[in-house]
Amino acid sequence: MKAHRCPNDHLTYPGHERCPECGEHQTDTVSLEDRVGKVVTWTTSTATPPGVRQPNHLAIVEFDVDGQAVRALGQLTTNDVELGDDVEPVHVDRLRDPGIREEASQEWDGYRFRPV
Amino acid sequence: MDRVAVVGASMTRFGERGAWLRDLLAEAGDACLDDAGVEPGEVDHLYVSNMASGEFEGQTGVPNMLAHDLGMIGAYTQRVDQTSSSGGAGIYAAWQSVASGASDLTMLVGGEKMTHRSTGEATDVIASLTHPVEYKHGVTLPSFAGLTARLYLDEYDAPRESLAAVAAKNHKNGVDNPHAQFRKEVSEQEILDSPIVADPLRLYDFCPITDGSAALMFCPESVAAEYTDDYTVVAGVGGATDTHVVHEREDPTTMGGVVDSSADAYEMADMGPEDVDVAELHDMFTILEVLQLEDLGFAEKGEGWRLAPDGVTTRDGDLPVNTSGGLKSKGHPLGASGVAQAYELHQQLTGEAGKRQVDADVGLACNVGGFGNCVTTTILEAQ
Repeated sequence: MKAHRCPNDHLTYPGHERCPECGEHQTDTVSLEDRVGKVVTWTTSTATPPGVRQPNHLAIVEFDVDGQAVRALGQLTTNDVELGDDVEPVHVDRLRDPGIREEASQEWDGYRFRPV
Repeated sequence: MDRVAVVGASMTRFGERGAWLRDLLAEAGDACLDDAGVEPGEVDHLYVSNMASGEFEGQTGVPNMLAHDLGMIGAYTQRVDQTSSSGGAGIYAAWQSVASGASDLTMLVGGEKMTHRSTGEATDVIASLTHPVEYKHGVTLPSFAGLTARLYLDEYDAPRESLAAVAAKNHKNGVDNPHAQFRKEVSEQEILDSPIVADPLRLYDFCPITDGSAALMFCPESVAAEYTDDYTVVAGVGGATDTHVVHEREDPTTMGGVVDSSADAYEMADMGPEDVDVAELHDMFTILEVLQLEDLGFAEKGEGWRLAPDGVTTRDGDLPVNTSGGLKSKGHPLGASGVAQAYELHQQLTGEAGKRQVDADVGLACNVGGFGNCVTTTILEAQ
């Protein structure tokens, strides 16, 4: 889970071909994996598609990288959270089965957020 | 510049239909030709709004198929896919075709066939519009609604009941729409007691999965009277995108595509929100109607939740919203929805809305794709 940075210091997760803020190419990455973030909002989805765990707890989490905020959506290990709680990423080998999307078209491992 | 008029409109019954996409599109297209009094051979351009016929039923090449079935061989055809806002994007394309002079008569037909798939499968087809870093977490469009609703209710201290009021209002409107999927009233208590789908949102906060089709006929305003006395005019139209990755938005409770597309539509129409008499908003989820009320300028930020409970948006209120029943009770056949929004406005502005009729000269439709990822706003004006 890496945020991408352009020469003008704009930070995004995920990366993009051009920086959404200024249009420059992104040239640098910053790992979010060993950081603690805050829950911006969360939900528990009970109507999940084929291949997705049920229920599926999800959050948008905000990380502070040298004073800059960058956000990531990810699964939660629990729904026992509140807005503003601290969470940390834990690696999961397979977050879901591919569903309608081609398995080879993207990665399926990633990070789930666990309350600190 | 000659403006663009709508001289015909139609929609099929929305709901669980035995017909496949080919027949649904033909049903709406045939009715639209009749409504406009147009012979098929007169149509120069035919646009088809559809999100996922390949994924849903294994049928591609749909516009060419429809041109053949409706006797329009020779017409220029084009498919318009902008996920849930394919219909609104189709209006934009149809408007461009006439405004540019490329076409003297353009038909737009939107449609989707979905109900043969399970809820999970249909949800997955729609979720496939997300970025890989979203999709791998199993996010669905309803999940985005739950994430956004929790933040909105917390940030603006809005009661959960205010969202139930949106659903109750739209279900009540749908009772009088013969084309609607659900024609029954649902009480706020039933909504608040229904099963959780994406906490804090419940079953009745969400639109159903639907089959259906709708169509519109466009021509230059200067010749509209040759077809009918009861036409409407596209006073303004705008389209815009927001981030594809939803969590990258600075304020998750603001839909930038709604703000930007409506700014363009208002500017073209030389109008503002105060000029709008009736609106069809994209209530795929109750929270979306609230966010659109704010981002279209009908309410201050953080105040949109008050409009349904206060009766502003009911049929006899100052700004009736979703007199058709909205996506909520009318149903949401993806590619058809934006076209059906304009159908409802056209009926309202030509005095053909029956029991749903309100007093209106200007109507606005906002059609939202993804979770606000791509949006079109259309302003129709009565003559």
